Amino acid sequence: MKLGSIVRTGLVAVGLLAGAASGAMAQAPPIKVGILHSLSGTMAISETTLKDVMLMLIEEQNKKGGLLGRKLEAVVVDPASNWPLFAEKARELLQKDKVAAVFGCWTSVSRKSVLPVFEELNGLLFYPVQYEGEESQRNVFYTGAAPNQQAIPAVDYLMNNEKVQRWVLAGTDYVYPRTTNKILEAYLKLKGVKPEDIMINYTPFGHSDWQSIVADIKKFGSAGKKTAVVSTINGDANVPFYKELGNQGIKAKDIPVVAFSVGEEELAGIDTKPLVGHLAAWNYFESVKNPTNEAFIKAWQTFTKNPKRVTNDPMEAHVIGFNMWVEAVKKAGTTDPDAVIDAIVGVAVPNLSGGLSAMMPNHHITKPVLIGEIQGNGQFDTVWQTPGLLVAQEWSPYLPDSKDLIADWRKPMNCGNFNVVTGKCGGKGK
Amino acid sequence: MSFLRPLAGLVSALVVVLFATATLAADLQSLVTNLTTGGFGDRETAIGALAASGDPRAAPILEAMGAGNLYVRPSDKTVVIGNPDGKQLVLEDAITGKPAGTATEAELERVRVNNRLRGLIEETVGSLTLMSPDARVRREAAESLFKRPNPAALGALDAAIAAEKDGRVKAAFGEARAALILASPDEPKDKKIEALAVVRDRGDREALGVLQAAANNATDPDVKAAANAAAGTVRQSLATWEAAQNVWYGISLGSVLLLAAIGLAITFGTMGVINMAHGEMVMLGAYTTFVVQEIIRTRAPQLFDASLVIALPLAFLVAGVVGIAIERSIIRFLYGRPLDTLLATWGLSLVLQQAVRSIFGPSNREVGAPSWMSGTFQVGQLNVTYGRLWIVVFALAVFATLMLLLRKTPLGLYMRAVTQNRPMASAMGIRTPRVDALTFGLGSGIAGLAGVALSQIDNVSPNLGQGYIIDSFMVVVFGGVGNLFGTLVGATALGIVNKFLEPYAGAVLGKILVLVFIILFIQRRPRGLFALKGRSVE
Repeated sequence: MKLGSIVRTGLVAVGLLAGAASGAMAQAPPIKVGILHSLSGTMAISETTLKDVMLMLIEEQNKKGGLLGRKLEAVVVDPASNWPLFAEKARELLQKDKVAAVFGCWTSVSRKSVLPVFEELNGLLFYPVQYEGEESQRNVFYTGAAPNQQAIPAVDYLMNNEKVQRWVLAGTDYVYPRTTNKILEAYLKLKGVKPEDIMINYTPFGHSDWQSIVADIKKFGSAGKKTAVVSTINGDANVPFYKELGNQGIKAKDIPVVAFSVGEEELAGIDTKPLVGHLAAWNYFESVKNPTNEAFIKAWQTFTKNPKRVTNDPMEAHVIGFNMWVEAVKKAGTTDPDAVIDAIVGVAVPNLSGGLSAMMPNHHITKPVLIGEIQGNGQFDTVWQTPGLLVAQEWSPYLPDSKDLIADWRKPMNCGNFNVVTGKCGGKGK
Repeated sequence: MSFLRPLAGLVSALVVVLFATATLAADLQSLVTNLTTGGFGDRETAIGALAASGDPRAAPILEAMGAGNLYVRPSDKTVVIGNPDGKQLVLEDAITGKPAGTATEAELERVRVNNRLRGLIEETVGSLTLMSPDARVRREAAESLFKRPNPAALGALDAAIAAEKDGRVKAAFGEARAALILASPDEPKDKKIEALAVVRDRGDREALGVLQAAANNATDPDVKAAANAAAGTVRQSLATWEAAQNVWYGISLGSVLLLAAIGLAITFGTMGVINMAHGEMVMLGAYTTFVVQEIIRTRAPQLFDASLVIALPLAFLVAGVVGIAIERSIIRFLYGRPLDTLLATWGLSLVLQQAVRSIFGPSNREVGAPSWMSGTFQVGQLNVTYGRLWIVVFALAVFATLMLLLRKTPLGLYMRAVTQNRPMASAMGIRTPRVDALTFGLGSGIAGLAGVALSQIDNVSPNLGQGYIIDSFMVVVFGGVGNLFGTLVGATALGIVNKFLEPYAGAVLGKILVLVFIILFIQRRPRGLFALKGRSVE
């Protein structure tokens, strides 16, 4: 892979300037915004869209007159789905291009690889994807969902509305599914589910032959109790997984599958007719009906010149994150990272699902949780949603290691892992 | 006047009848409107009320609702059933069943259902369609009753059994009846034990589910014991079938490996070129299928079922021509320098991937399955999907054709001659550079064919080939370099071993174990399963 990325980096032009300021705006240098998403390699399928949405947001902001009287300028780099390269590219953005903020990363491992760079160079990172929690960092703003804003409500929904008693936790073998499943397992046991009613299964990235695993799930599901699959399967492996479910005749009525990483974009490559009724839990669906969302979809389809282009949850997270950053910069009157970090806590902007999302002191945002069922047209129908917005629990109360920790980046605490029992900053898990 | 009296009577009778149908229609109207309003809880009640009305329209309306085909037309608030026809929906008035024009999906509001409602509808429709004139519908009704036993339907089911003539449907009814008896709390003990035997003889996974639920819910100790015993019998027979199923899954995986590896067996096995861009040839084949399907979808939708057959020669040509171009422009300068070939083709694979990504975009492309490749059939308790079966057949056909080509044609003879002894072949008047190019083209073309098949089971994305390159090399090395038959045996063996390990060790550990096994095996037999013997080895 290393060899590959070097070659690829050579191939892909390093900096792509978009929305370059016209000569008329000569008075002040533009504010640079870094975009750190893979445009090649395995993650390109998901991350390219996020780069496009950022370019659109920056263009729109410039049409509104820019920020602090200056134009915004996007600096796009390609970390090529290569985790160490993420750190190199982040350093390049912060040191060479001197960007005011970076929007980027998808997988947890890429985020973990850039963390030290942002800490060292005091940069700002907006991370738009749902993740496993157990982290809060001064320089990072988590605009995706923590487990309690996605996984736990989904399990609650299945337990209460579909009376599920047996659980298959299926995931791709890396940090996000492993941690999420650990939290879910603890939560289910707390709810009185017996260990023999929980099956955990991990598969490698890009797993394509699902025949025996799906047969295994079917077998597990024929024990006379209602069974559901909680899927943290990521990326490309989802398509053959869903195809195999259809092949083996597993209908949503019998064994529903609720997924945390399958959005409109992932469904675009599948015929969804056999999958009608399988579920996904997100904080946003394209099918949500409200004026803000409709305007966004229209703007997006016009920007990409493709009337069929879909929108999804991580895109919404970038919209929220970008607007929060803009508000915080206006409030602080500068793009200086320390000033923005102080100013951004408490900033609230409209999200696309209807409501105002606020940046909390733990650097996570408040979100509504939506459960949707897959429809024949590749969209989701919301069948349930939380009555209000949920505050993220970045440290899970269900894991013994993190249940005593809280994060609060306001003064005077200024700590990402404060242990409420010992009263000291720097608890376990750091 | 007297002759008018009967007429008056007739008229008044007619009026009464008309009025009655009008009120009935009005009733149906409100029942159907209730389906489309309120929360999911209200709709649940509405479904029950509609089914209880006994109206003949209830079944089609509920079926459409369950399938997501029930819509409300916002312009006049009529409830309509929409049947997709191309991009349009052909509408039918839900209440009268009369045609109501056409509309696009965006113009209508779909009546939303969730899994619970879908299940409830299946259950209700199951008891409504027991007397349907269509035997297939009756069997489906019996199946859904079996899966979701609703004891209230017992009376209707008994009536249906009495009227049933078709033997297979009758058997299905009998099984459903047994499931209903087991689910009902107030049936006598001996009837329940009888029912257990019926369900046990069915012997599939659903039967096991029913038996286990019966064992869990039984209050009577005898019934509980009998249910447990019956579940045990079913479980045992299923375990045997499971082994058969693993063998089938293994063969199926093996056929995929064979398809991916067989082209490599030629370029790597007989020519000795380490072609890291082999996976990308597979990918090109898959994208060719996509393009063919796109053209067929827009120009000639009636040909859709033949799309894969049309794509086969094209995929072979595209991948083959690209292969020949690669051989002529890069590889021929690197013969005898394996490390350089490896690096050059690896770089090339990245170039091809990024090129495809730039042209088609990074997201997956949908390649549909023709009708003859979708669906499943049962062999005993074994579920065989047509798609997988066709891929196995196709892999064997490609293998056989290739064997014939190598053994029986002049081209095959030249190829074997050049790979065995290049200077001698050249001395005999064979144009070795041309044969090299053709051999490489053949190997690549076959990879393209594999791409057509893989487009049916995997993602058509720029990364498609990457996932197969390691496995392909593994198969070729394990089977014996230079031996096509070894590739066949190697692919099947690895497929089956993998599928037997997966349920016990998990997919990740299973793969590791297979890899360790191959490393150890290669230590013992460096030339693989079927080593080439004779002078050609040197």
